Amino acid sequence: MKPRVLVVDDDSALAEMLGIVLRTDGFEPFFVADGARALKAFHENKPDIILLDLMLPGMSGIDVCRAIRAESGTPIIMLTAKTDTVDVVLGLESGADDYVMKPFKPKELVARMRARLRHHDDSAGEKLTIGPPDSPVEIDVQGHQVSRDAKSLALTPLEFDLLVALARKPRQVFTREVLLEQVWGYRHAADTRLVNVHVQRLRAKVERDPEHPEVVLTVRGVGYKAGPP
Amino acid sequence: MTETSAGRELRLESVRLLANRATDALTRAGRHCLQLWRSSLQFRVGATTLVVTGLVMLVFGVFLVDKVSSGVLNAKRDAAVNQARIGLGPARQVLAGVDAGVAAEVADAQTQLAALLTAGGTSAGVFGLVIESPAGQSGSSNAAAQKIPKALRQAVEASNIAIQYAPVHPRDDTKRYVRGLIVGEPVPARSGGMFELYYLFPLTAEQQTIALVQRTVLLAGIGLVVLVLAIALLVTRQVVNPVRVAAETAGRLAAGDLSQRIETRGSDDIARLGQSFNEMADSLQRQIRRLEDLSRLQRRFTSDVSHELRTPLTTIRMATELLHGGRRDFPPELARSAELLNDELDRFESLLGDLLEISRYDAGAARLESETADLRAVVAATVADTRVLAERQGSEVVVEQPATPVMVDMDSRRVERILRNLVGNALDHGEGKPVVVTIACDAEAAAVTVRDHGVGLRPGEAGLVFNRFWRGDVSRSRLTGGTGLGLAIALEDARLHDGWLQAWGQPGRGAQFRLTLPRRGGHTLMHSPLPLDPDELEEDDR
Repeated sequence: MKPRVLVVDDDSALAEMLGIVLRTDGFEPFFVADGARALKAFHENKPDIILLDLMLPGMSGIDVCRAIRAESGTPIIMLTAKTDTVDVVLGLESGADDYVMKPFKPKELVARMRARLRHHDDSAGEKLTIGPPDSPVEIDVQGHQVSRDAKSLALTPLEFDLLVALARKPRQVFTREVLLEQVWGYRHAADTRLVNVHVQRLRAKVERDPEHPEVVLTVRGVGYKAGPP
Repeated sequence: MTETSAGRELRLESVRLLANRATDALTRAGRHCLQLWRSSLQFRVGATTLVVTGLVMLVFGVFLVDKVSSGVLNAKRDAAVNQARIGLGPARQVLAGVDAGVAAEVADAQTQLAALLTAGGTSAGVFGLVIESPAGQSGSSNAAAQKIPKALRQAVEASNIAIQYAPVHPRDDTKRYVRGLIVGEPVPARSGGMFELYYLFPLTAEQQTIALVQRTVLLAGIGLVVLVLAIALLVTRQVVNPVRVAAETAGRLAAGDLSQRIETRGSDDIARLGQSFNEMADSLQRQIRRLEDLSRLQRRFTSDVSHELRTPLTTIRMATELLHGGRRDFPPELARSAELLNDELDRFESLLGDLLEISRYDAGAARLESETADLRAVVAATVADTRVLAERQGSEVVVEQPATPVMVDMDSRRVERILRNLVGNALDHGEGKPVVVTIACDAEAAAVTVRDHGVGLRPGEAGLVFNRFWRGDVSRSRLTGGTGLGLAIALEDARLHDGWLQAWGQPGRGAQFRLTLPRRGGHTLMHSPLPLDPDELEEDDR
């Protein structure tokens, strides 16, 4: 089955061109040009992945991102022409998994989309446990379930991948670059802020106190590692 | 005459006392003054007033005390001489029948005479009486002899009435001497000898009077100085306070609080100062607001241009890729067109990117995202990035680095962009010869030099390479298709780090670029761990 892509962009030429490229690469695109209608289109089309322009009429890309993230973990890739740090960080903090800076090369976009849609089938029956012994975080890799203190945690696929990547090698310190490669599928070093923002988002969900993390620990000057099981 | 010098001495003494007291107070304050002198106008005015009034009061006081004491002493002297003249008659009568050689008789005569002379009261005040005769001294009290100065005795022996200031016993006290005045007169004796009659006037009362005058003058002087000082300070305060307020307000304005104004009242000079100041602040505020608005507009414009240009560019990019991908099916002219379109689009994009980057710097919108990282890792990433270019150029990139990590507070993305630019340039102009990247650091700074051995730079060009759109040699082929903004951006990136980016070059010997970064953010660079001129390093090695 072809992956379904919802393209939210008000530029009709770009949308049409994206449609051509995506169809060529084996996706099934749907289009919406208005931020206010994006949520409705999301419900109707049930896409596997969303391409979202930041600057939209009706409702800003950031707000659309938040609204979708509030009810679903569907991967969102921002299409942004703004190179200013603040906008990128704001977009990531509102729940986008990744961003592509305009003008992007079609191959680059498709590679990012594929990285987000990739499924880990090699983990049959794998169960991982990390965090403090008195209140561990339990991960059912195959079932895509994460729980702590018998409560299920709702992680987005990206957050799940990030947590699994850390949990599989509990004592290893991961640099941001390594995480970018393993989780986001970047082959070259890219914006490490992606990692920082998503680690913050992940902590907000799995930690008891995000200010004093026990599950995802920062190793100053190097990167991150999983807390002791 | 002896009496005048002695009198002056006494008067001088009183003057000296007054002067001492005043100067003492002045020197003690002196040290504090010097420090305050420079910092406070009010203090300066106060101090000047104090010194000037003090000096005037001192001169005035000295003059006054001198006049009063000489007046008092002169009056006393005149009275004393007068007393001696009056006493001459009775003394002759009493001493007429006395044998100068018999001490008892002389003593009797002295007692008689003393009683006689003091009976009616005297205008010269109390005095003692001493008779010197060949039999010795006979005084009012016998316990101890009164010393009569030799000079005085000689004068009296020469049959003169003489006068001299000398210590005398106060009345009924022979143990002490007080300041006094001695008047001597000769009285002929029956035996043909000479009695010397000495009147001893203690000057206790006069001294007390003079001291009182001194104290009064001193107190009055101090009081006056304090009063004048207070007035001076009060007046200065009225001027200095508004100035201080103006200075503080100006300081706050300079610190960035543009809404600061001075409160003004009335229409005097001070108020006019305040008004002018406020007008200046108003105009300053207007100007700065306008500039801020302009800067904001510029930033908005940059951001808008960025978005507006990039969206159609994305569409063009995708369409081009599609055409470029399928160029094999096209006739040759169309296929080549697709290739050219693709290549030039790359150049267009990098040019647009660089222009936007530069305009962000111009708008002051560039922000540093520092974290501590190993400079060697950044260099390694750069070298890896430029490998394709290096292979195309047939050059080798050699990295010379310390064995330990070179941790620097930096925005790695920007530093990598600088280095990518420098290495790219070196490969571009290196004519296939090796490019050497050297890393070094000390406690404060870290440096990277990128050296090529190509055509080098002509004299004067080292300062021009960072200019926007500057081209060293128009005829030279540019394989990297540089935008002409690369080094300008690199320089801005270096400046954002409070770092240095400098160039060195000689025709035929190649060029060297040096990036120096402070190892901790906010630190001001004083030197670089690597020399800009590679010759210096070679000399060091020798």
